[in-house]
Amino acid sequence: MIFLRLILTNLRRHRIRSVISIAGIAFSVAAMLTVVTILQGAIGMFSSILSSDSEIIVFERNVSDLFFSNVPDAAVTEIASWSMVSHADPVLFGIVSSADHPIITCFGVTAADARISKATWIAGDKRSFGLHSDDVVLGERAAEFLSAKLGSIVEIGHGSFHVIGVMKTTNGFEDGGVFMALEAAQRFFHKEGTSSVITIKLRNKEDALAFKSMVKTKFADLIALEDAEFTHSYSQFKILKATAWAVGGCGLLLGGLGVANTMIMSVFTRIREIAILRVCGFSNNQIAVMIFGESALVSVLGAFMGLLIGTCFLYALKLVPDLHGYVDVTIQPIVLLIVIALSLLTGVAGALYPAIYAMRIRAVEALRFE
Amino acid sequence: MSIAKIGIGGGSRIVLRAEGVWKSYDEGTISVLNGVDFEAVEGKTVALCGPSGCGKSTLLHLFGGLDSPDRGRISVNNVEINQHCNLLRLLRHEIGFVFQLHNLIPDLTLEENCLIPTVAAGTDRRIARERLQQLTECTGLSHRLGHRIQKLSGGERQRTALCRALMNRPKILLADEPTGSLDEKTSTAVFDLLLDLARTEGITLVMATHDRQLALRCDRLLQMHDGRIHEA
Repeated sequence: MIFLRLILTNLRRHRIRSVISIAGIAFSVAAMLTVVTILQGAIGMFSSILSSDSEIIVFERNVSDLFFSNVPDAAVTEIASWSMVSHADPVLFGIVSSADHPIITCFGVTAADARISKATWIAGDKRSFGLHSDDVVLGERAAEFLSAKLGSIVEIGHGSFHVIGVMKTTNGFEDGGVFMALEAAQRFFHKEGTSSVITIKLRNKEDALAFKSMVKTKFADLIALEDAEFTHSYSQFKILKATAWAVGGCGLLLGGLGVANTMIMSVFTRIREIAILRVCGFSNNQIAVMIFGESALVSVLGAFMGLLIGTCFLYALKLVPDLHGYVDVTIQPIVLLIVIALSLLTGVAGALYPAIYAMRIRAVEALRFE
Repeated sequence: MSIAKIGIGGGSRIVLRAEGVWKSYDEGTISVLNGVDFEAVEGKTVALCGPSGCGKSTLLHLFGGLDSPDRGRISVNNVEINQHCNLLRLLRHEIGFVFQLHNLIPDLTLEENCLIPTVAAGTDRRIARERLQQLTECTGLSHRLGHRIQKLSGGERQRTALCRALMNRPKILLADEPTGSLDEKTSTAVFDLLLDLARTEGITLVMATHDRQLALRCDRLLQMHDGRIHEA
């Protein structure tokens, strides 16, 4: 109890300094949580595009990005004919721009694709998809930012397209995307005869291994991965995740430096007090526990405040109309644990030097210290 | 070398002993203690008098294990401090310190300040509180337990420091100018209390002081001069 009082007393004694330290950790944690969660959400959304009514993705081996993947139509036809395959849907990804929007994702798909056939159409008739090469279907948000509705003509890239439908989807990328018939997309992106990926639905999930083996045998240039495998191994996702943790980590490092500064000041301003504790019989360990306890308390308070701020910020982002569907506020427990553990670790690391300094204080010299 | 032996009769137990203790600062340029020999017997009070800078505080710090002599031996209960297997045990159970400045932690209450040595020693909370009650009643501070140090008078602060020093029932109490910062009346009152508690509890008191009148009330008065101790 007295131990806790000693820790609390010092934090209370320098309230402003303590609050600044806690705020430093809080904003670092909030930044880390926000960046990591947004990117995890984005990755999850991208994965869900690929796994829409499918469990396996086939794409070109050794490509750094799916936009550069080329899967020949012949492969699509052959794979679709395999008995274990329920359906094989080719998808061509492309990026275009319009006058006010530098990046619009385009999806070249067939009419049978689940993204079209199972989507909620809020305008237009899904049976009309793919009848004309200059027809497009817009995601709801794409329709909003392109100010388009059923029957409008939209300028996308270097072409003009006729809007034949507007779809509602919970996936941010799809909601802000443009869907066109596969053949039209192949011509538009000069990728005739190829698609970016094939999404595969098997009749029996247990055939996944056999399917992957067959792809490997028959198509040396292609690779088949189950959805979970793809999410873990796709290099772009790895880069995004690493970037998110690195950015968050830098933020936390700054917060840690704040804690270190506070703890150094805390020790320097009570050298005499530490000397008195020594005279009263406090051991090095007890002194260190007191210093680490103080920094741990700052870190824990900062972490909880940071989680609160980060969560509120994520919910606020979700409410921004322009970001509709792009921000997934589902905070993964593992992210939560890592963030809390890192903030604690940062706090403890920040207190390392002050604790060592405090342990080395010689009572006889410190008692002369004013 | 003179040996200042404090106590009654040769059979009394020596609890604190210094043999040929030398101490200097600034790489030997400032010599403070020049071969001090000292013995203190259990339960007796001894006053160390001398001018400022004569080495009284240095000697007390050496006795308490807060500093090491350049040469010589200091032993508490026949265990040499330099080779003391556990210096913490010395500070927690065998020696108590009272300083000229009370050296209390201002943001804590009187009660919390007094309990610090028991926290360090891991004393059972119930026992610690009983001891606190006993000491605060003896020193007339029982009504001030929950008060912060800033709210206490100079005399009360020094009495609190005395309580804190005695919490773990030390065998030796080292007091460095314990009344030096108090007015004459308060000084006498605190000193009365100090002597009374030391005698009641059978503690060996070694006190550095400028005040010769107070020093004369101890069992033995020693004079420090030229880094040595002389019988006064």
